[in-house]
Amino acid sequence: MLIVDSELCIGCGVCEESCAFGAIEVVDGCAVVGDACTLCGACVESCEVEALEIDGGEKSIQADFESWQGVWVYCEFRAGTLAPVSLELLGAGRRLADARGVSLSAVLIGADTGDTAQRLIGHGADRVYRIDDSALAYFTDESYGAVLTDLIKTHKPEIVLAGATAIGRSFIPGVANSLGAGLTADCTQLDIRADDGALLQTRPAFGGNIMATIVCLSSRPQMCTVRHKVMKELEFDSSHQGEIVDVTPDPVLLQSKVRVLESVISEQDNVNIQESDILVAGGRGMDNAKGFELIRELADSIDAAVAASRAVVDAGWIAYPHQVGQTGKTVAPKLYIACGISGAIQHVAGMQSSETIVAINRDENAPIFDIADFGIVGDMYEIIPMLITKIEGQRGS
Amino acid sequence: MKIIVCVKQVPDAKDVRLDPETNTLAREGVQSIMNPYDQHALEEAVRLKEQLGGEVTVLSMGPPQAVDVLRQAISCGADRGVLVSDRAFAGADTWATSYTLAKAVHKIGDFDLILCGKQAIDGDTAQVGPGLAIQLDIPFVTCIQKVREVDDKGLVLERMMDDGYDVVAVSYPALLTVVKDLNEPRIPSLKGKMKAKKAEFEIFSAEDVGADSTCIGLAGSPTQVVNVFPPPPRGKRAVLTGTVEEQIEQLVEKLAVYL
Ligand SMILES: Cc1cc2nc3c(=O)[nH]c(=O)nc-3n(C[C@H](O)[C@H](O)[C@H](O)COP(=O)(O)OP(=O)(O)OC[C@H]3O[C@@H](n4cnc5c(N)ncnc54)[C@H](O)[C@@H]3O)c2cc1C
Ligand SMILES: Nc1ncnc2c1ncn2[C@@H]1O[C@H](COP(=O)(O)O)[C@@H](O)[C@H]1O
Repeated sequence: MLIVDSELCIGCGVCEESCAFGAIEVVDGCAVVGDACTLCGACVESCEVEALEIDGGEKSIQADFESWQGVWVYCEFRAGTLAPVSLELLGAGRRLADARGVSLSAVLIGADTGDTAQRLIGHGADRVYRIDDSALAYFTDESYGAVLTDLIKTHKPEIVLAGATAIGRSFIPGVANSLGAGLTADCTQLDIRADDGALLQTRPAFGGNIMATIVCLSSRPQMCTVRHKVMKELEFDSSHQGEIVDVTPDPVLLQSKVRVLESVISEQDNVNIQESDILVAGGRGMDNAKGFELIRELADSIDAAVAASRAVVDAGWIAYPHQVGQTGKTVAPKLYIACGISGAIQHVAGMQSSETIVAINRDENAPIFDIADFGIVGDMYEIIPMLITKIEGQRGS
Repeated sequence: MKIIVCVKQVPDAKDVRLDPETNTLAREGVQSIMNPYDQHALEEAVRLKEQLGGEVTVLSMGPPQAVDVLRQAISCGADRGVLVSDRAFAGADTWATSYTLAKAVHKIGDFDLILCGKQAIDGDTAQVGPGLAIQLDIPFVTCIQKVREVDDKGLVLERMMDDGYDVVAVSYPALLTVVKDLNEPRIPSLKGKMKAKKAEFEIFSAEDVGADSTCIGLAGSPTQVVNVFPPPPRGKRAVLTGTVEEQIEQLVEKLAVYL
């Protein structure tokens, strides 16, 4: 419950403004909490006279709380390839493990994983649990989920990290739920709290408009999925020592009621825009599919991937996996060049954490300029070809 | 065919923004809408019903005003609406939400299929769908972009992956979460609107669904928000000046590190 201390409340209304749910109202000089309150705590933070408090009731601490130890990273392996986010997570995991004074383990699930386990050790893992079985050649939520859940129950790590990829964000919620563990989605920052060793998990909410820090105090493990490109991977160090533990899963765990009939790696969709350092994004301002070709040419000239606004995807000029925004992908490249995109909030929600944003638009009042680091007001059909020539000249020299 | 669609009422993104001066969330006139992904889930449920016959129940957990999204769902073709609502649910994280929705599903009764949106745009977690499936002990598939085949035994689906898509087969009962590419949600018909106007909704309390008080709301949530703060501010906007050529010159110079 959110409790208002009517003695302390001065009716200033700051809490009312801080509430994204419209759940607080100042009535007769005192804050009143309505039904829409989600106990997010934004108001408690905002109150300067400390008149607000959240009373969560006592949470019972899990009985074997203390016996959970070590940091784990789920390393995603699909169709012969290790997801790059796995190495970044080992870098983050190493830092957390060292802060806690515990070991770092990687979990590798798949088929024909070759020397991947050795690679994971070189990138910081002290131990790799390897479950390499032909039955795991195709990802299914049930088999991967059952294997990981079983391992976690057996070895009891205190922290489990996974990439916020299509696969991670699909089966990790199932694993956390069956363990009764807390799970924080899509984190961008991880730290250990000095006083109690709790994992501070920070993530954007409301399309990046607010940041929230989340902890799990009563249960273990503490689990989260982490965004690509925000953690730093460690350089491969062939002298780093670690053990590989081969695990043979109980056949029961490998069954799945969902059957994969076919796995289609699409030429067009295969460029995962979340993995690119540079994105060139086109909007409705490109007029038509042919105009959109200019975006592809610009992207080619700087080795970038192509992204798009929803308007472009809806028009069918490019496929949905390239859509950036609230109902598409969230991206945070080093450089984002938005061409002919107005900058609607739903689009901005998916790209505002990019390091540098360039906007090209002929309407000087377009909202995209509000978040752009560099803006050019003008006609794209004039600007882009010139830009390509200039860049090619620069790169050639 | 009995289908349950989970729909959430969320604040409309275009209204939620940070006031740059006070660094607080400006909520003036924040409208509530049905979570956009859930509209696609509902549309698919109604299409399946139209093809195979049956009934579509929409289920929402939220404050009393969340009946608005149930009403909207009726106008778009749903048959029945259930709201699980209780002060005791406040502060529920995805675990407690999944638990509570599972309890409500048990009370609703038999079903073949549950559809959820991929994620809710307020929290963006994409965790409630899979969590609900685990609580109900049924298989789930996330991010459905296409229904290839369907009959009274099960479905053949395309699920979106980072590198393309997988084609999967699953029989009932099952839970699916859907992405926007799946379909184009319909506009409510006049008849639908009339029906929605008259519709009555079942409201379940924590006691009605037989929820364990230690598993709901803030107390039942393993995660806890300890801090909310604005993201680091972006630098001031800089529109380049000069002739187009000069602007491009400046831009390429500024971007040199990336090129
Ligand atoms: C529930 C919901 C979810 C949504 N989710 C997303 C999402 O995930 N991603 C997303 O992108 N959108 C999303 N939208 C849509 C969003 O609101 C906007 O409609 C969309 O982003 C607009 O795309 P755009 O900027 O390409 O087109 P427009 O808004 O039409 O902008 C085109 C711009 O191009 C400029 N222009 C035109 N011609 C030229 C030229 N020759 N040279 C230079 N500039 C030119 C114009 O000045 C204009 O600013 C969502 C909407 C809703 C309701
Ligand atoms: N309170 C709720 N009531 C009904 N359905 C919900 C609720 N919260 C989440 N869902 C469903 O779960 C999906 C994923 O939500 P989330 O995990 O919050 O991103 C949504 O698209 C809804 O279908």
